[in-house]
Amino acid sequence: MSTSVDVKTLLIDGQEVSARSGQTILEVAKENDIYIPTLCHLDGLSDVGACRLCVVEIKGNNKLFPACVTSVFEGMEVTTVTERLQKHRLTILEMLFAERNHICSVCVANGHCELQTLGQEQGLTHVRLPYRNPELPVDASHERFTLDHNRCIMCTRCVRVCAEIEGAHVWDVMGRGIDSMIISDLHEEWGKSSCTRCGKCVQVCPTGALFDKSKIGSDHPKYPDFLPNLNLMREAQ
Amino acid sequence: MSQTITIDPVTRLEGHGKITIHLNDQGEVENANFHVTQVRGFEKFSEGRPFYEMPSLMARICGICPVSHLIASAKACEAIMSVRIPHTAAQLRRMLNLAQMVQSHALSFFYLSSPDLLLGMESDPQTRHIFGVVGAKPELGRAGIALRRFGQHIIELLGNKRIHPGWVVPGGVTEPLASAKRDEILGMIPEAYANIELALRWYKQIAETFAPEIEVFANFASLYMGLINEDESIEFTDGALRLMGARGEIVADGITAAQFPEVIGEAVEPYSYTKFAYYKPLGYPDGSYRVGPLARLNIAKSMGTPMADGELSLFKQISDDGPVQSSFYYHYARLIDILHGIEKIEMILSDPLILDKHVRATAGVNRLEGAGQAEAPRGTLHHHYKVDENGLITWANLVIATGQNNNAMNKGVLQAAKHYVKDGKFTEGILNRVEAVVRTFDPCLSCSTHAFGQMPLAISLVSAEGEVVDRVVR
Repeated sequence: MSTSVDVKTLLIDGQEVSARSGQTILEVAKENDIYIPTLCHLDGLSDVGACRLCVVEIKGNNKLFPACVTSVFEGMEVTTVTERLQKHRLTILEMLFAERNHICSVCVANGHCELQTLGQEQGLTHVRLPYRNPELPVDASHERFTLDHNRCIMCTRCVRVCAEIEGAHVWDVMGRGIDSMIISDLHEEWGKSSCTRCGKCVQVCPTGALFDKSKIGSDHPKYPDFLPNLNLMREAQ
Repeated sequence: MSQTITIDPVTRLEGHGKITIHLNDQGEVENANFHVTQVRGFEKFSEGRPFYEMPSLMARICGICPVSHLIASAKACEAIMSVRIPHTAAQLRRMLNLAQMVQSHALSFFYLSSPDLLLGMESDPQTRHIFGVVGAKPELGRAGIALRRFGQHIIELLGNKRIHPGWVVPGGVTEPLASAKRDEILGMIPEAYANIELALRWYKQIAETFAPEIEVFANFASLYMGLINEDESIEFTDGALRLMGARGEIVADGITAAQFPEVIGEAVEPYSYTKFAYYKPLGYPDGSYRVGPLARLNIAKSMGTPMADGELSLFKQISDDGPVQSSFYYHYARLIDILHGIEKIEMILSDPLILDKHVRATAGVNRLEGAGQAEAPRGTLHHHYKVDENGLITWANLVIATGQNNNAMNKGVLQAAKHYVKDGKFTEGILNRVEAVVRTFDPCLSCSTHAFGQMPLAISLVSAEGEVVDRVVR
C-alpha cells in the first residue's frame, strides 16, 4: 500500500510554492528562501509564537498571523512584507527594548545579539515608548554561567531547549504579562538548582540574558546551530 | 565694591567646569574656585552588576582615557579573583596603556594647549584652536594629529576598537597579538619619533618666552604621587605608588592598590562635584598632592628608555633643589611621556614572548574586595570594589587623577587670578591665562565627577555681597 503525501499549494509573496500538510508558513517560506524575521523561533525547538515578529498577512482575513505557528492550507495567499507588517514588527522591537534594560554598549552580547541585529535590520533608529527601567536582579550564583534578567526578552528558548532537548526542565516561567520572569526549578538560585551544566540554554539565548562567565569581553558569539544537528543525530539512533 | 568674575564654561578641557574669582572691596582677588558642575554616579549604578563586567562598564566614563579605566578596573577584578595574569597579557596591556597615553597627551598638548603656546595667550579667541595652529605652523599641527593617530591606531590594532575596546578583561586580554599587527605598529614608530622630536624642539624654543606664566601657573610647593618600578623608573601600568615631598624627600613608598585607601583620603567641598584627595597622615588640605606627568617625572629616577632619559635629565635641571614646582612644566613632562611611550612600545614589541597565545587567566570570586591602580595620562587612577559571594558588586569607589589634582588646580587658579586680576580689571587674555592654568593639568572633568551634560567650561566675578558682576561664557 502506498502512502500518499497530502500536498498543499499556496502563494507566498506572489510566489507559487508547495508544502506538506501540517507544515507552518515559516517552514515553507524557509524551504523556498523567503525571509521572515523571527526571534523566539529556533530551528530544532518547538514553536510557541511568543515574540510575534514573524507575523504575516493572509488574504481574506484582516488578522495578522504568526508564521511560526500557523499551518498552511490549500490556496492560501500569504504576504510577508507590507507597510502594516513593518510597522507592527518595529513596534514589537521598540516594546522589547523599552521593557527591560538593554544597554547594548556594555552588554556581553554586543555584536552577537539577535535583538540588536533585528533592530538594525528593521530600521529601528529610536524607541518612541518611555523606557521602564525596571530594577531587575542578576543571578550569578552558577559556577559557569550568569542570568541577567535585564537583558531577557522572554522568548523562552532556554525553557524549551532545557525541557525538550536536554530533558532537565530546569527553566520555567513565573508570573504573568510584563511581570513574567524566567526561573530555575521552583525559583531557586541557578547555582543551587538541578541544572546539568550543559550550557544549551546559553547557546540558544538570543541576547545577553544568559552568558558564559569565561567569555565576557569583546566577543561572545553563540552557536545555536548545534540544535538541528543534535536532533538529526538522535533521529538516526 | 567687591565682585565675582565667572568663567563659564572653561574651554578646551575634557568635561564641563567653571571658575569663579571673588574680589574684595578694593578689587583685589580674595578667593578663586574651580568648580566641576555635574555628577554622573558610576559608582552607584554599577552596584548589582557582575564584577567581570566592570572594565567595560567603567571604560564608558571617558572616551579619552577609557584604557586607563579598563586597566585599573581589570586589576581590581583580578584582586577579587586573586590571579596573576600571564606575562604576555601584562605586556600587551602595558602597550595599550602607553598608546593611550600618547594619544591623550597629543590631544592635551597639541589640540588644547598649543593654541595658547603658539598663537599667544592674548591672541584672537576666534582662531585660538587647533585649526589656528595648523594654519600658523602646519608641521606642528600635523605632528600633533599624527601622534594622536599613532596612539589611537595602536589601540584599534590591539583592541579592535579605537574607543572603549573590550579587549581588556579580568584575567588578561581576550586575544593574543598577531604578528602582522606587531609589524604594522613597528612600521609606524619612525614617524612617531620624528613628530615628537619636532614638538620637543619647538617647545624648548618657546618655553623661555613663557617665563612670566611659569612663575604663576600653579607654581608652589606640594607633594607628588605616581607609580614607579622597583628600580625607581617610571611606570604606567604596574609598579607601586611613591609619594614625594616638596623638597624631594620620599614621604611614602611602595603603596599598593590595597593600601591606597589607608593612605589617601577624599575630602568634599560644597562648590564642586569632584572630591579632593589628600595624604591622610597630613590631613586635608595640607596633605594635597599633585599627580600626572609633572609628578611622575618628579618622583622617577629614570624613564627606563634612552632618549626619554636624556630629556628627563634636562627636566631635572629646571629645579636646583627638589621637584619641579610650576604646573606650566606639565606641558614639557607630557612631551617626555610621549617620547618614553614610543620608545617603550618599541621595546615591548621586541619581547620574545609578545606573540604568545596564553593571554588570559581565569578564576572565580576568591576575595570579596579588590583594588587596582594604574597611571592614566593625567595621573594615578584607583578603582576599588566590593562584591558578594556571587561576584555582584555591592560597593565601588573610584579615585580619579583630576580629583587628586583638584586642590592644586584650585590653588593654581587663585595664584594666577591674584597675579593677573588687578583693581577688579581683567581682559579676555587674562581670563584665558586663568583657564590655561587648569589646562596644564589636562583635567578630565567627566572622569572626575562621572558627569554628563554639555562639555565646555564657564569664569564669574562675584562681589563681596555675592552679586555676580561679570561673567564670561563661551
